[in-house]
Amino acid sequence: MKTSTTRKQWYLSGFVAFTCLVSTAAIAGPIESYAPVTQQRLENPEAGNWMLYRRTYDGQGYSPLDQINTSNVKNLTPVWTFATGVVEGHEAPPIVNNGVMFVATPMGQVIALNAKTGDEYWRYKRQLPDDLFQLHPTSRGVGLWEDKLYLATTDDHVVALDAKTGKVVWDTKVQDYKKGQYMTLMPLIVDGKVIVGGSGGEFGVRGYVAAFDAKDGKELWRTFTIPGEGEPGHDTWHGDDWKNGGGSAWMTGNYDKDTKTIYWGVGNAAPWPGEMHPGDNLYTSSVLALDPGTGKIKTYHQYHQNDSWDWDEVEAPILIDLQRDGRNIKSLVHPGRDAIFWVLERTPTKINYVAGWPFVSTDVWKGIDAETGKPIVDPDHKPVIGKRVEFCPSLWGGKDWPSAAYSQKTGLVYVPANENFCGGFTGEKLPLKPGELWLGTKPEDIGLKAKPGADHFGELQAWDPTTGKKVWQHNFPKSQLFGSVTATAGDLVFAGGTNDRNFRAFNAKTGELLWEQKTNSGIMGMPVSYEVDGTQYVAIQSGWGVDAQRIQDALATNNIGIESNVPQGGVIWVFALKK
Amino acid sequence: MASAPFNTHSSFSETIADPEADACTEQTRRAILLGALASTACLGCSTRARAGEDPPGSDERPQNGDVLVFSEGDQEGKLITAADLPAGGPPVHAWPKDPKTSVVRSASRLNEILIIRLDPAELDEKTRARAVDGILAYSAICSHAGCPVTAWVKSDVGDKDVFKCMCHNSEYDPREGAQVVFGPAPRRLAALPLALADGSLSVAGNFIGKVGGAQPG
Repeated sequence: MKTSTTRKQWYLSGFVAFTCLVSTAAIAGPIESYAPVTQQRLENPEAGNWMLYRRTYDGQGYSPLDQINTSNVKNLTPVWTFATGVVEGHEAPPIVNNGVMFVATPMGQVIALNAKTGDEYWRYKRQLPDDLFQLHPTSRGVGLWEDKLYLATTDDHVVALDAKTGKVVWDTKVQDYKKGQYMTLMPLIVDGKVIVGGSGGEFGVRGYVAAFDAKDGKELWRTFTIPGEGEPGHDTWHGDDWKNGGGSAWMTGNYDKDTKTIYWGVGNAAPWPGEMHPGDNLYTSSVLALDPGTGKIKTYHQYHQNDSWDWDEVEAPILIDLQRDGRNIKSLVHPGRDAIFWVLERTPTKINYVAGWPFVSTDVWKGIDAETGKPIVDPDHKPVIGKRVEFCPSLWGGKDWPSAAYSQKTGLVYVPANENFCGGFTGEKLPLKPGELWLGTKPEDIGLKAKPGADHFGELQAWDPTTGKKVWQHNFPKSQLFGSVTATAGDLVFAGGTNDRNFRAFNAKTGELLWEQKTNSGIMGMPVSYEVDGTQYVAIQSGWGVDAQRIQDALATNNIGIESNVPQGGVIWVFALKK
Repeated sequence: MASAPFNTHSSFSETIADPEADACTEQTRRAILLGALASTACLGCSTRARAGEDPPGSDERPQNGDVLVFSEGDQEGKLITAADLPAGGPPVHAWPKDPKTSVVRSASRLNEILIIRLDPAELDEKTRARAVDGILAYSAICSHAGCPVTAWVKSDVGDKDVFKCMCHNSEYDPREGAQVVFGPAPRRLAALPLALADGSLSVAGNFIGKVGGAQPG
């Protein structure tokens, strides 16, 4: 009897599975109509589309759509959701091109959906190697060019997919994942070049930015972020330290279309304690200005020297035209992991320091040299070998990789910051074993502490980059803020990033909280806004994990009444105004 | 509607010269373990030479009858006996080794093993039945994202010491078949049956359970 029932159930489930397959194909199927992506479209994107990491090449994270605004955002409601089927940190923006949405998730998955209805067109699932060590199991999105899209994978390949079908067009190995090389960034596409940067500073790699031909995956150039022998800047390294010096470049760059310059953020030096790599260590913790055609380094700016705090400066600076001290400045604005809000000037041949100030409290810097723009270190808070050193902010910095946004309407920069966290570790000389963590400390020795009496942790800040004044700030008493923010012409700022699973909209001018919606998990993804058939939508991936979860676990051990139990599991949420 | 991935460009991509082609950086952990090879790893360490450095069987999963050697520390490469295992932990990190060929199966990180000796009275019934003199072996690879389980620390959710993957904080209790007690891991660590004869440890069967991290659902 039992056997018979089981068999019957098996037949039944098989039948259901078959009919589901058939019905899925009937409803969605391949994309019939797709708008090819051109350089002209990327440089001047339609208001209703979100085709680049931050929508536009300047990295502003700003949508000109204003149907949803401060007066009606309270009526925002979910219109469809889609479960991704995987756990861990869902960090990618839903990319939208004329009503087609592409979403990258952890574990090398890309889902193509009807952006209006949520119906699935196709799904790509990469078969990752069984022995892959995924320190950061995530993806930050897919780049678009013509009729293809491009995914950088955690097993260190760039994969081109047919946008209509999801079929693999080419697959190029970039580096060897067994040596700790991996990628999580969304490729930047410029003039048919798929530009990526490598992760793996925690494994003692030598960082790079590289470009591949969008048509066939052929490597066009590769520029190392740590200069080799005979290259300018090599003398900022001692001995052979440069060979494993870190400087990974794991976030998408921004692009100045007028000067044809890409600006790429570069991570910290490896391993963490500066004693193990004496010197300024170019180009770690810097921004590089690169020629996208050749990869040639035009110029650079190093935010801080001889990094010892794990302060990656990988988020590319935002390109903003602003007025400061009576001058029109083509600026690079970068709220850094090193706790300094940097304002720089970009010229075709040089990056000039303009101003810098701490946007969260720090005990590491005594000030900034006004001539050179170099921050002045307090040696008591610089990690060393053989002694535990504490420093503020923590190794996650004042702001980690989650992106700030700039509103062209308010002229303000919105920063997802963290205050009242300090950290520390004991530096230790440990042998480098390729493919294994090489931090210069034992992972279990890394600490994050809440400052005694802290009344909040996360801060959404609004800064005027022309004056250096903070205009408003929203505090999160019981949570870090670890998610990108997006501004819109409706005078709204959208942000997730907290451990209470909420997605929120703030008044961009005043900071007033206008709307919030509980989601399935915590949000560390990037909000986007797009339009289909005259309706404005806001989309976000909810899916907690990676560093947001690590901070959460650390908070839970601080005995301040915060638990670590934020649920995981990815869901794409799409919102519109109630009709 | 998933598309099967295939490599249409492998002939090009696989022949890209390694931009970090410094021979010393190519020295692998297995080369270090194979002492003689390690000492000459930087001499003529070409791609071909590297390809030949993994002897046959070194990437095979642990086999019945394999002995166990330290995978790290001062005794790296030496045989592990019951006397090497401190009561109550911490675990010893090990590779399986073919006693006939002396090949250490260190060519795949999926073969790294945690061996621990615990008080049999602390073990649940199923785990106790598998233990030999309180000694247990588990995969050292986290079932979540494939990171290594490196720490033996007090649990975030209890008073006991547990195995911990420091990448994403998953914790496993070896007293209960290495079931997950904290963190995002979806399943327990794979267990490896052991045998003990005259104080010497050996592998007594295949891994029980999947080794390695999760794949998309």
